[in-house]
Amino acid sequence: MGRYLLRRLAFLLVSLALASVVLFVLLRLLPGDPANALTSVGASPEQIAAARHSIGSDRPLPEQFTHWLGQLTSGDLGTSFVSSLPVGPEVTARLNVTVPLTLAAFVLAVVIAVPVGFVAAYKRRTWYGAVLSGISQLGIAVPVFWLGMILIAVFALNAGWLPSGGFPQDGWAAPAEAVRSLVLPVVTIALVMGASLIRYVRSATLDVLGSDYLRTARALGASFPKAMWRHGLRNASVPVISILGIELASTLLGAVVVESVYALPGLGSLLATGIAQHDYPVVQGVLFVSTLAVLLIGFAADLIQRVIDPRLRGRLSGGAR
Amino acid sequence: MSKNSRTRASLYGTATLATLALGLTACGGGSGGSGASSGTWDKNATVNIGSLYEPQNLDNTAGGGQGVTEALNGNVYEGLFKLTDDGKVEKLLAQNHEVSKDGLTYTFTLRDGVKFHSGKELTSADVKYSLEKVLADDSQSARKSNLEVVKDIATPDAKTVKVTLSKKSISFVYNLSYVWIINSEAKDLKTTEDGTGPYKLAKWTRGSALSLDRFAGYWGDAAANKKVVFHYYKDASALNNALLTNAVDVVTSEQSPDALEQFKSNQNYKVNDGDSTTKLLLAFNDKAKPFTDVKVRQAVSAAIDDKKLLESVWGGYGKLIGSMVPPTDPWYEDLTDVNAYDVTKAKKLLSEAGYAKGFSFTLDTPNYDPHPTAATFIKSQLAEVGITVKINTITPDEWYTKVYKNHDFTATLQEHVNDRDLVWYGNPDFYWGYDNKQVTRWVEQAEEASTTEEQTELLKKVNEKTAEDAASDWLYLYPQIVVASSKLSGYPLNGLNSQFYAYDIKKKG
Repeated sequence: MGRYLLRRLAFLLVSLALASVVLFVLLRLLPGDPANALTSVGASPEQIAAARHSIGSDRPLPEQFTHWLGQLTSGDLGTSFVSSLPVGPEVTARLNVTVPLTLAAFVLAVVIAVPVGFVAAYKRRTWYGAVLSGISQLGIAVPVFWLGMILIAVFALNAGWLPSGGFPQDGWAAPAEAVRSLVLPVVTIALVMGASLIRYVRSATLDVLGSDYLRTARALGASFPKAMWRHGLRNASVPVISILGIELASTLLGAVVVESVYALPGLGSLLATGIAQHDYPVVQGVLFVSTLAVLLIGFAADLIQRVIDPRLRGRLSGGAR
Repeated sequence: MSKNSRTRASLYGTATLATLALGLTACGGGSGGSGASSGTWDKNATVNIGSLYEPQNLDNTAGGGQGVTEALNGNVYEGLFKLTDDGKVEKLLAQNHEVSKDGLTYTFTLRDGVKFHSGKELTSADVKYSLEKVLADDSQSARKSNLEVVKDIATPDAKTVKVTLSKKSISFVYNLSYVWIINSEAKDLKTTEDGTGPYKLAKWTRGSALSLDRFAGYWGDAAANKKVVFHYYKDASALNNALLTNAVDVVTSEQSPDALEQFKSNQNYKVNDGDSTTKLLLAFNDKAKPFTDVKVRQAVSAAIDDKKLLESVWGGYGKLIGSMVPPTDPWYEDLTDVNAYDVTKAKKLLSEAGYAKGFSFTLDTPNYDPHPTAATFIKSQLAEVGITVKINTITPDEWYTKVYKNHDFTATLQEHVNDRDLVWYGNPDFYWGYDNKQVTRWVEQAEEASTTEEQTELLKKVNEKTAEDAASDWLYLYPQIVVASSKLSGYPLNGLNSQFYAYDIKKKG
């Protein structure tokens, strides 16, 4: 296991390094000049050159890259071109919205999807099993922003129960308000995420239900719940966990839509603004942190799978026993 | 010139332009009032303001953007002079001022008893510092180029500032209304402030909100409310929802005409139709064929039904203009009859110019509203007189490089935000390439005029001449729509450019 962890860690670092190069190069390939955002329309070529110089975008790319990397290793995400304020604290502040949002939505989605997916599989021949499958199918097809708009119309504009958007200026210092403003966004993400999870839980359960080992366990006298508990759930959860990892990661990255529908000051909206303004340090900072999070989530999902399924330990660790 | 900003709803893309535009956007409106009867109101109310323009930082000489003008100008920072809502210049921190006979030396006496939020008393050194800050090499202030006539700033005593100009500039006092007077000892102005205004900064939460508290030590009348909070949205519908759920009391500038109906039909809200300074232009490249020919420009102007366009984009809001001058500029006159919509005349002019069978040209069109709509409309209108329009959709960035910097275009659409921006027609190197020696001279003479009457007279001539020449086609003037809860009164209506004075806002309990 120790050697496995080391390997994974090395893999993580290499991925991160590669991602940072790709990220850096791709951003520079975008059309447009960040200096445009810094100068007024009447700016002379000298002023534009001065703006470029002040943000360092006139230096050769490799030099810019090593500069950025140097800052990164000392934990500094650089300074925004546009606001000339440090990116690091900004990213941290935004994570205070995005992380609770994503995690709460994730937990809610799992809480919805696991029982529903199981019932949809186990009772697939009943009418409600079919209905549950149908609803989940529908949920997958619904665009997040549309669902968000519907929820706002119903629960904020009509009923007036919850705010239609925004986040308290005092943030988590006003916990009740903060929670209230996250309810609708969390539900929005959870419904969409839950719908696709239901499909996975359902098919994983179906696999298990039709498996030889479950039949064997039943034949040896175990009751269905007992057989399911001891053998079924464990087996069903392995594929589901890798999907959960992917879902969690994609929600983190996909939060931009929900954050703009609900006017939340999260990482996603910071990213959107940064891209629009060619604010490379901001975009790099957000994407770097997101990449790190995604890699860590993948790592965690992998570890959990190995804990649950001993067979994987041999296979994935490349013979490290 | 400038563009963008106040006009566009969604679009993260706008941000780029907004900042860039900022540059030229800065001019401003005054306080004025919504005119609603006050009655009794809550003196300790918190007024929640919804806006699409978040500051980039809090320093208007360091790229703070349009949002920082909206939130801080007049509220937190004050100038020697201020602009009223109808575009007049009034004394603010200047008690009075004298101009020397040759028009080159301005002597300002400062108001007594003015304190910064930090407690320090205002002195002439602060004024000098503030002016120099705008003029500094690294300054990104929109006003920098206008103030470059400043040759010397002297402070003979704590209450007196003497500014010497290198040449006469009638707009100098007007331009001073954009210069924030800042404590010369203040630090960290990108995230904190030290002004003399009726409010001090309470808290700025980036990405979310900026709140201001009434300043107890204010030299003038105390603000009519205790606290104002600017809430920032990136999306017009999120902003409208906030208004509908009472999360905000007023929206500084409504950008989505479709949303107005729900407020108009609801007595809890008031929809105010003010005058903006934002013009939508079909700008010809006057140096590129066939628009080098004045008759072609006149023909195109006459072939487009501006009224119908305005109606389809803004419904009943906005105004038609016949030139670059909005009604709030001192040299405004109604020139809508010059080159007005007249298809027969357009056809006649075209054949006179040798284009009886029409011609075709490419219209560089920014990719955000309302330009694509306007471009399609223009295309169909010009088709009726035999002109073929090829629409080339471009991003704000491309526009800036291709059109604005390189002058590589035949015709383009663009918003010009500033007040008093007629003077760009006096600059033959400006992107649209209008070159008339007489006009250039008038513009120069106007700036060096001794009286505002003389200045106005000259700029009216410029106005008329450029309109006659169809230097550009001025499609319409944007509306400035402030939507507010009916509990509110005293908010600015025109909010010329980006200012939004909050201190007169009264909220009923």
